[in-house]
Amino acid sequence: MSDLILQMRSITKTFPGVKALENVNLDVERGEIHAICGENGAGKSTLMKVLSGVHPHGTYSGEIILDGQPATFSSISDSEAKGIVIIHQELALIPHLSIAENIFLRNERKNSLGLIDWNRTNSEAQELMERVGLHENPTTLISQIGVGKQQLVEIAKAVYKDVRLLILDEPTSALNDTDSEHLLGLIRQFKQQGITCIMISHKLSEIAEIADTTTVIRDGKTIESLDMADPASTQDRIIRSMVGRDLEHRYPERVGVAIGEEAFRVEDWTVNHPTQAGRVIVDHAGFNVRAGEVVGIAGLMGAGRTELAMSLFGKSYGRFQGGRMWLGGQEVRLNSVSEAIDAGLAYVTEDRKRYGLNLIEDVRVNICSAGLKQLTKVGWINANEELRVAEEYRDSMRIKTPSVLYPVGKLSGGNQQKVVVAKWLYTDPRVLIMDEPTRGIDVGAKYEIYTLINQMVADGKAVVVISSELPELLGVCDRIYTLSFGRITGNVPRAEATQENLMELMTQEKEEVR
Amino acid sequence: MTTTLEAPTQGLGGAVVKLLSRNLRQSGILMAFVVVFLVFSVLKAEFLSPTNLTNIILQYSYVLILAIGMLMVIVAAQIDLAVGSTLGLTGAIATTLIVKAGAPWWAAVLAAVGVGLLCGAWQGFWVAVVGMPGFIVSLGGMLLFRGLTYRVLNNISLTIPSTPGSEGPPYVSIANGFLNGLLGGYGYDVFTIVIFGLAAVFYVVTQLRARAGQLKYRQEVSPLPVFIVKLVVICAIIMWFGVQISQDRGLPYILIILAALIMIYTMVTQRTSFGRHVYAVGGNMLAAQLTGVKVKWINFWVFVNMGFMAGVAGVVYSARMSSAQPSAGNGFELDAIAACFIGGASTLGGIGRVTGAMIGGLIMAVLNNGMELMGIEESYRQMVKGLVLLVAVAFDLVIKRRAESK
Repeated sequence: MSDLILQMRSITKTFPGVKALENVNLDVERGEIHAICGENGAGKSTLMKVLSGVHPHGTYSGEIILDGQPATFSSISDSEAKGIVIIHQELALIPHLSIAENIFLRNERKNSLGLIDWNRTNSEAQELMERVGLHENPTTLISQIGVGKQQLVEIAKAVYKDVRLLILDEPTSALNDTDSEHLLGLIRQFKQQGITCIMISHKLSEIAEIADTTTVIRDGKTIESLDMADPASTQDRIIRSMVGRDLEHRYPERVGVAIGEEAFRVEDWTVNHPTQAGRVIVDHAGFNVRAGEVVGIAGLMGAGRTELAMSLFGKSYGRFQGGRMWLGGQEVRLNSVSEAIDAGLAYVTEDRKRYGLNLIEDVRVNICSAGLKQLTKVGWINANEELRVAEEYRDSMRIKTPSVLYPVGKLSGGNQQKVVVAKWLYTDPRVLIMDEPTRGIDVGAKYEIYTLINQMVADGKAVVVISSELPELLGVCDRIYTLSFGRITGNVPRAEATQENLMELMTQEKEEVR
Repeated sequence: MTTTLEAPTQGLGGAVVKLLSRNLRQSGILMAFVVVFLVFSVLKAEFLSPTNLTNIILQYSYVLILAIGMLMVIVAAQIDLAVGSTLGLTGAIATTLIVKAGAPWWAAVLAAVGVGLLCGAWQGFWVAVVGMPGFIVSLGGMLLFRGLTYRVLNNISLTIPSTPGSEGPPYVSIANGFLNGLLGGYGYDVFTIVIFGLAAVFYVVTQLRARAGQLKYRQEVSPLPVFIVKLVVICAIIMWFGVQISQDRGLPYILIILAALIMIYTMVTQRTSFGRHVYAVGGNMLAAQLTGVKVKWINFWVFVNMGFMAGVAGVVYSARMSSAQPSAGNGFELDAIAACFIGGASTLGGIGRVTGAMIGGLIMAVLNNGMELMGIEESYRQMVKGLVLLVAVAFDLVIKRRAESK
């Protein structure tokens, strides 16, 4: 019998209105590297949050067995006391403190007077840093080292806490190749020291290289665990089990929409990271979309989907490096959001609370905010007309709100999303870019959003849907582009597209493209 | 008979509760104002006298003017600590022009307002173009403009000499003069009463038009009886105040200026796209940016506007004092900021109304005036004002939290 360090038994976790995990089982053997795969939103991160006590015992059902003993964690410090350390995608380091200060945060090295002993702090930090191969001065500030090294600081912190089970959530997604290589080497080295590692990753090649076992999660359920030593456990096999659900009748039929002239064309679009000079986020991307056509852009987290869209929308993201853009056959240069709106481009953000809505304002103000020009004469708003417009969209889009004067922040996710879409439809765009248009909304509201997309193309608009949910793209798009590491890696008509071939294109890495 | 009478009364009561709770923030502060007002009326009979009511307006108008500008700054999620110094500087420049250069009153006013605009543009530049927080920029401005005030006045106060005859110099009468006797009257200035009557009519007409618009677009409105009661009560208050004022020296010029500013800025904040953009920037800056709002320009103009209002307040204050002092306006920024927060503006930006800030300013003014009349020492007055600010904002927080937990 194998020596299991961890068993998670029929874990079920529900959030209001959503079942995030349903009877999930996970067995991890002592000393192995265990990869967890799944689409965005499949429940991987939630599972790890249950394990590490972020979601405390009692907020989920099922049981966690650690070293053969049932474990109940009510906070992160509980799980850390048992040697479980989780390193999140967004690193939890304090930028203006030094490496050593960050490592010992909450465990400050003190002298007999209770004051911080800086010599001890820095020398002990140095030892930990050497163990993870971080060659820096311990007094260097976190803000002065790159993401790769920051990750090593997090790991040094974990080593200090006597980690036995290290959980890494997409550790290499923000790293370049050298840093990734170093990190993977470090994980292998930990394995020899007997540290067990659970790694969530989208990079299948990486998983194939390093993992002993791979567990696939889909729609909040465990699908299977693959022994990576078995030659049958290929990348294709993992892809199939990641996507293997059927397309149900969740997408409204679109009939008789004529596809017309080219409405939008982008060529060689290249954008760099806003602060990290030289880090290419969007790499010579190009695509086009015709009037009456829905085009999808498929990409995993970190592929540069949102960055591409925001950069097209009045250079709202990153540093523009080059590229050309045509709207309705005419080349345009859009340097601000208002220019983009005037040119007939609209962008429905993936993060409606942060970028899409003014939550403390009412439905009316939000709906009219982007197209306010149409309601104003020399700066004065026609208040009655504004009410009329808001009421019109409330009716036509079936926004469920007690009144158009009701704060948007109090509406449900689906209704908030409709308000965002209404806001952009009121600008009467020629091209709509919809970024994750159905994120965090329920099935019924999703259907209504898809219906709206059909109406838009029937009205002769062109729609670009960005999504990481492949069934959604297959359900609503006429054509799907795949984006991987900032590059367009495929342009697949719906008839030829399957989840498998898309996923393959979406995970294609740079070397293979060239 | 009794039952038929009772039923609508209950419905009416319910509607009143609804009207109040719909905007608990604003109505809470309004009720606080009424309470403070009534308490002083009872404690000190003089409080309600025509002379005292007129004095409240003359004495606190400059804080109200500053609060109007400050409201927009706070709604944009910024703060301006330099308004006291700007007020001092603009007043000093106007006074110097009149005393040393013999400039006419209108030239002094234009110069003061112009300098106010420049101060605002200076601060707007650092906030909008350089991208610094308004707190720091205006902390610098506070010292810079105060220093300039000292320079302009050579560290000594400058008094505008009074002219022979009953009428003061025209500049001074901006803040001390009255429109009186234009239509005659016997102890009651008829002109003042007519003006207040027109104000009441104007209020009724705008309310009726707004209601008609809301009904046309199927919006929820308060029941007709409640609406009528509200109109009658407010008109009664307006007319009572007008009659009181008319028994004193007449209609103060400053009240006309103040009323015009309140009306203009209520419209600017509620009915223009500029106003809408200010709320958008304060409510969610990132979303505003992605909606095409030119966040930098909005920040710039909000500060320019604040400078303009500080210039106006500088004129009013120096005219009221008929002098300029090097330390004039010290701490006024805090009064203006307090007025906005007491009046329901959010410390995080995006929420606040001109009318709220005015009520907030009036609460401070009435508290100050009432306690002065009762002979309460300055030390206690300060403490009371400090506590009022704390209680008002704490009340606001509790309301917000309760709304969120629902």
